[in-house]
Amino acid sequence: MTAKTWRRLIIASVIGILTLTAYTTRQVGHAGESVTAVGSTALQPLIEAASEQYTSEHLGTFISVQGGGTGTGLSQIQEGAVEMGDSDLFAAEQKGIRANTLVDHKIAVVGITPIVNAKVGIKNISQADLIRVFTGKVSNWKQVGGRDVPVVILNRAQGSGTRATFEKWALNGQQSVASQEQDSSGMVRQIVASTPGAISYVAFSYVNGGVQPLSIDHVQPTDRNVTTNRWPIWSYEHVYTQKHPKPLTRQFVKYLESHEVQSTLVKQLGYLSPNEMKVERDAAGHVTEVK
Amino acid sequence: MNAKTSNKIAVATLYLIALIVVLILLSLLGYILYNGVPVISWHFLTAPAKAFTAGGGIGIQLFNSFYLLILSMLICFPIALGAAIYLNEYAKQNWVTALIRNAIEILSSLPSVVVGLFGFLLFVVYFGLGFSILSGAIALTFFNLPLLTRTIEDSLSAIPDAQREGGLALGLSRWETVTKIIVPAAVPSIITGVILSAGRVFGEAAALIYTAGQSAPALNFADWNPFNISSPLNPMRPAETLAVHIWKINSEGIMPDAKAISSGSSAVLVIAILLFNFAARFIGRRLYKRLTSS
Amino acid sequence: MDNEKLKRELFRPSKAAKQERRGKFISFSALALIVVAVSAIILFVTMKGLAAFTQNHVNVIDFFTGRDWNPSVKGANGQPEAGALPMITGSFLVTIFSALLATPFAIGTAIFMIEISPKRGAKILQPVTELLVGIPSVVYGFIGLMVVVPTVRTLFGGSGFGILSGTLVLFVMILPTVTSMTADALRSVPRYYREASLALGATQWQTIWRVILRAATPGILTAIVFGMARSFGEALAVQMVIGNAALMPTSLVSPSSTLTSVLTTGMGNTVMGSLQNNVLWSLALVLLLMSLLFNLIIRLIGKKGAMK
Repeated sequence: MTAKTWRRLIIASVIGILTLTAYTTRQVGHAGESVTAVGSTALQPLIEAASEQYTSEHLGTFISVQGGGTGTGLSQIQEGAVEMGDSDLFAAEQKGIRANTLVDHKIAVVGITPIVNAKVGIKNISQADLIRVFTGKVSNWKQVGGRDVPVVILNRAQGSGTRATFEKWALNGQQSVASQEQDSSGMVRQIVASTPGAISYVAFSYVNGGVQPLSIDHVQPTDRNVTTNRWPIWSYEHVYTQKHPKPLTRQFVKYLESHEVQSTLVKQLGYLSPNEMKVERDAAGHVTEVK
Repeated sequence: MNAKTSNKIAVATLYLIALIVVLILLSLLGYILYNGVPVISWHFLTAPAKAFTAGGGIGIQLFNSFYLLILSMLICFPIALGAAIYLNEYAKQNWVTALIRNAIEILSSLPSVVVGLFGFLLFVVYFGLGFSILSGAIALTFFNLPLLTRTIEDSLSAIPDAQREGGLALGLSRWETVTKIIVPAAVPSIITGVILSAGRVFGEAAALIYTAGQSAPALNFADWNPFNISSPLNPMRPAETLAVHIWKINSEGIMPDAKAISSGSSAVLVIAILLFNFAARFIGRRLYKRLTSS
Repeated sequence: MDNEKLKRELFRPSKAAKQERRGKFISFSALALIVVAVSAIILFVTMKGLAAFTQNHVNVIDFFTGRDWNPSVKGANGQPEAGALPMITGSFLVTIFSALLATPFAIGTAIFMIEISPKRGAKILQPVTELLVGIPSVVYGFIGLMVVVPTVRTLFGGSGFGILSGTLVLFVMILPTVTSMTADALRSVPRYYREASLALGATQWQTIWRVILRAATPGILTAIVFGMARSFGEALAVQMVIGNAALMPTSLVSPSSTLTSVLTTGMGNTVMGSLQNNVLWSLALVLLLMSLLFNLIIRLIGKKGAMK
């Protein structure tokens, strides 16, 4: 054998031995304990932060949290490809999902507010005017008491949970006109802040100095008004599981619903806890008071 | 107008065009670096990201980007090289070859989100690889093969036939001619192809969101056993890359310093690509010298 | 006996021949792998893309000519409103405009890099172009949003979002790719072409125009095809500046959309297998077919323009 063949042989065996040693010395015992959550990008930061806390308390468990969108989350949990599906909507509201095969866990409540570019010059709008703006019947802000700037409507993508909630509760179920669309809250905020005459809607936690949130009929978009349903534009954030989930899935969902997460992380991320709500809402939109 | 004047005008125009392009490109780079470099610190480069509070870093994402790049290149490069050799040296130039070439080029125009979803349904779900670096690397392979194959093939075909004839005349087999003469001579332009596709790997987000995932679990940098889940080398862990991270904090990021992190990450990305380019060129030059002169 | 042995020796394939066979086999399998990969993905997209027509019975003609895109709503004729014409138009326009804009710049720069000032070209231009290929499209989109959109708004009116902004962003995005591939094509023109032309008394420009560009035409066309492919398939950056509204573009500054931008925004929000999701895959299929068309056109032009 030539020197070259020898060298190759030696390198190959060294790699082989290294792999074998690595394999035999790996950490064993928790190999099966891993679950995946997929879905809503809005909910992702919360689940991710909670999973970090959970896995640091329960060593050896592994929770993979991915985005991908509400539609992806629901279709994959329905297929059983993942253990948890994060959704901004009730499964029953999403077309193509057999909601009765899934178990709903309401993790948080999110309030949504219309926002406008700061130079539009209004802080309050009547609901009738808001509907007129989004259905394309108002083309200039001066028609509803603002400055002389043309209206630029910015919607979330079709099928987005935020858009569905906004159309259902702020526009009384009417569809917005075809307009510019963006598929994330961050982009919406960015564009509204920099485009004259722009109007859109985001979750409360995305409102910052660059954009002007609007009161509707002088009801202000505050957490307090959401808990009493005086501000009706809110929705639940759901985690869906299969009917008979793995033990780790069950424990983690329980952890998400626990006081520990609800009173800290949920708040810090700008959500409301479902425990604070004085009303309850079902998939069909019926609101009942919590006794 | 005589030939000399038109020559002067043409050359002057070319200077102008080159100048405009340089200005555009440099101002773009300048914009990114100007906004991003002040953010970069040792802490920023090494700390893990924070979900919703300020002060997060990009350490894990940076490592993931490099690891994913190396892994996908390991899969992608041999295939592209082999295919390019076959296309350029062995294949008969008939309609089948033309069809294959066209198909490869069409693949490169598919939006990366389609490649990502294909990878998601096939590798992540069907083959059960999960959200992992491996799934990401395979999806990127799909994404990268067209460009890489094409550039390698071009660089092979640029080698004059005299070299092939020389090799064959010396009694070398075709394969020996290719591996010992043609490929070494083409190394510099092959390196360009590798750098270009490496750039795409670094910058790709949409194809990775559904395959390598968008979470970066904490890594234990003391544990280099690739079979442990917290080991940086484990190819089966989900891995958010830097480009995906930039995308994520721009779209749904709620940390107060999201903008700073995003500009900082972009600048880091540019610098990382710069370093990678230098390294690749350096290695390429060494390789070229060693392969062609000895 | 000895004869037999000799015969065997002589007829046995030599080491080089074995290597040759092995090499050919290896490189062929690599190509086969790519072909399998390409066909897998094309088949996948085709099957998914046809589902909207076969399962959901969307009318093919309405799909290509309809102007209303709202797949979750049934239109007046009882069919879902799935008209893809606005997106097809938008994709076509941004791709063609950005390629038209980028091609002269890219070719000019590449000529400068290779023929006129190789030293400066290699030192500044090449590294810069290669650097820019790797910048994520999100960053391009972001800069477009911060710089291009406001500029377009002040110069041309409207909201600033539209085909024009999309074109400008794509122009900058594909410039590095097209330039560096064109440069490769020019570099591969043999040196003696240049020498022969100059020896005939041609000026530098005449050499470039009549000889080098002609000889490099196929390579340059490949570069343009790849550039167009990139702008065609680009999603994130365009989506941020084009406005992403499923409306027929009425001017270069009216908000519109491309196939990819609608595809990307919609994909995560729809449930797999539903009508809303299937029509998005149909958009992907259209994208595939259109890039096929582009490819064929460019190849035809290339055949005519190539040096005989």
